[in-house]
Amino acid sequence: MTSVLIVFDRVDEQLTGAQAELLAHGTALGSEVVIVTGQLPANGAEPLAVSGITGVLTGETPIHAPDPALAELVQTAAGELQADLILGPDTPDTVDALARAAAALDTGLITGATGVTGSGAATKTVLAGTWRTTAQLSEGSPLIATLKSNTTSADLPAVAQAPEVVELPVSASGLVEILETTEVPSTGRPALTEASTVVAAGRGVDGDLSLVEELADELGAALGASREVTDAGWMDHSAQIGQTGVTVSPQLYISVGISGAVQQKAGMQTSERIVAINKDEDAPVFEITDFGVVGDLNHVLPQLISEIRKRR
Amino acid sequence: MPGSLHILTLVKWVPDAQLERTIGEDRRVERTEGVLGELDEYPIEAALQIREALEKSAPETTVRVTALIMGPDGASTALKKALQIGADEGFHLDDEQLAAADIYATSAALAGAITHIHKNHDADSQLLVLTGMASEDGESGAVPAQLAQRLGGLAALTQATSLTVESDRVVVDRVSGNTRQKVAAGLPAVVSVTDQANEPRYPNFKAIMKARKKPVTTLSLADLGLTAIAVQSKISLIAAEPRPEREAGQIIHDDGTAGTQLADYLEKEGLL
Ligand SMILES: Cc1cc2nc3c(=O)[nH]c(=O)nc-3n(C[C@H](O)[C@H](O)[C@H](O)COP(=O)(O)OP(=O)(O)OC[C@H]3O[C@@H](n4cnc5c(N)ncnc54)[C@H](O)[C@@H]3O)c2cc1C
Repeated sequence: MTSVLIVFDRVDEQLTGAQAELLAHGTALGSEVVIVTGQLPANGAEPLAVSGITGVLTGETPIHAPDPALAELVQTAAGELQADLILGPDTPDTVDALARAAAALDTGLITGATGVTGSGAATKTVLAGTWRTTAQLSEGSPLIATLKSNTTSADLPAVAQAPEVVELPVSASGLVEILETTEVPSTGRPALTEASTVVAAGRGVDGDLSLVEELADELGAALGASREVTDAGWMDHSAQIGQTGVTVSPQLYISVGISGAVQQKAGMQTSERIVAINKDEDAPVFEITDFGVVGDLNHVLPQLISEIRKRR
Repeated sequence: MPGSLHILTLVKWVPDAQLERTIGEDRRVERTEGVLGELDEYPIEAALQIREALEKSAPETTVRVTALIMGPDGASTALKKALQIGADEGFHLDDEQLAAADIYATSAALAGAITHIHKNHDADSQLLVLTGMASEDGESGAVPAQLAQRLGGLAALTQATSLTVESDRVVVDRVSGNTRQKVAAGLPAVVSVTDQANEPRYPNFKAIMKARKKPVTTLSLADLGLTAIAVQSKISLIAAEPRPEREAGQIIHDDGTAGTQLADYLEKEGLL
């Protein structure tokens, strides 16, 4: 019997795509799959009412990242259940909690995995997406790993009954004081890391997002950006794609007015298909495009948008 | 904040990301063209800015900024760069047993080194450990939190987009999922600093000259009282292959029909 713990720093009323994927990864590997979370929403464990989930563990009080108590909760749960495998999404707060838990449990951690096996191995791409590797737990147990999104198909069948919730004797630590929180404004578009199509804007758009927004909406795509664009304040920093922003791996990546610096490529070069529009034929982005257009985005995009409208 | 503050920055010697990076037959990242990781300049700059701010607001506080690197002999070039940017003193943990260290081994060795440095050099000062947001070769971003755990369960405020030191605590802005947070933790604490936090200074000639005289201490695991077992990696790489290089595909020059041709391509590939 394989016991899998899945760690979410928080669960909201609706699971994120990345969380749904984790449940799919976990149920494919484990005969017992238990969710550990610092926080449940008002409707309790209802968002976790999917096939194959054995139960849910929380603390005695809500625990908010970056409180180290989240790691203590994971450690306690791992001890109670003799977990063979602990998985979480590859987000900074979960990485932090699992990194602490790995030290406390004296075991190994693999971050940013694209797949995990039941025997303690994980695949991941490294060096900004240029190498594929397999890493193996050689010492200790359980294997702890965080998984990137877009690595499995997400949909597990829903079940009528929400899983049972058990509180473990762990509560918020008070080590970290949260002074203020503000929601990052929602764009109303798909989440960047989960979207199957991403339109990304670079400095070439010169502050005018209307065409890239129109294209993104026409394709049901997420909208991202280069660091130049987010640094200039044309888009929120959460839209930044690259080494110091988010990594995306969609079926289609449309790069608009982006030169293609190494730091930008680091966040997008594992995309299935890459299309670029840039007026400079020497732009490095063209080294990795499947289809490149050397041209002015202000001419190419309106025609592209109207052609897409005609064909759908 | 009276007394003294020691800001210890962790820096790493990494292969130059502007060049092609490879994993050798021994399944280790090749490090011949190593540099100071670009992302490690941000914590050094943050430390210098904290010192400058405290010189004004709390002139009775002495602030010491040091840099600690773990790596083979070649890593000393990256440590030197950290001193040029502005750290006062360097520590180089150089031990063969640490080759191919994973997250577990790295945090164990760094925790040992930090404890040693603090105990032997300025046990009375407050300690703030700053790191980059991730190393450019490992890219895990997991070391800061694991290190904080090992340093006696300190708070780790990771992915800081700004930070300040106010009396005996550090205040950080960061993003947590879909929310922006302002969080605070008492010192000692560990903070990882993103490229949003500041604009690292560029060492001028004077700074480069001054750095030559700054002290560097080399440490081994034995100096820290650590055995090989304590820093044994838990994860090993069992296979590595380059991703097939992306080949440049079709490139067209806009003759007034590029938008249509692009739509044709997307339609043909089933991407519409
Ligand atoms: C530590 C560090 C981390 C970084 N992290 C990231 C990161 O995560 N993500 C990231 O993106 N960058 C990152 N960068 C910055 C990166 O190095 C580049 O500076 C940045 O990606 C450039 O953005 P850009 O392509 O939009 O702008 P530019 O390089 O200025 O390119 C603009 C492009 O637009 C084209 N263009 C202009 N007008 C038009 C037009 N009308 N039609 C068509 N094309 C047009 C130009 O030909 C040019 O190629 C980082 C840098 C550092 C030092």
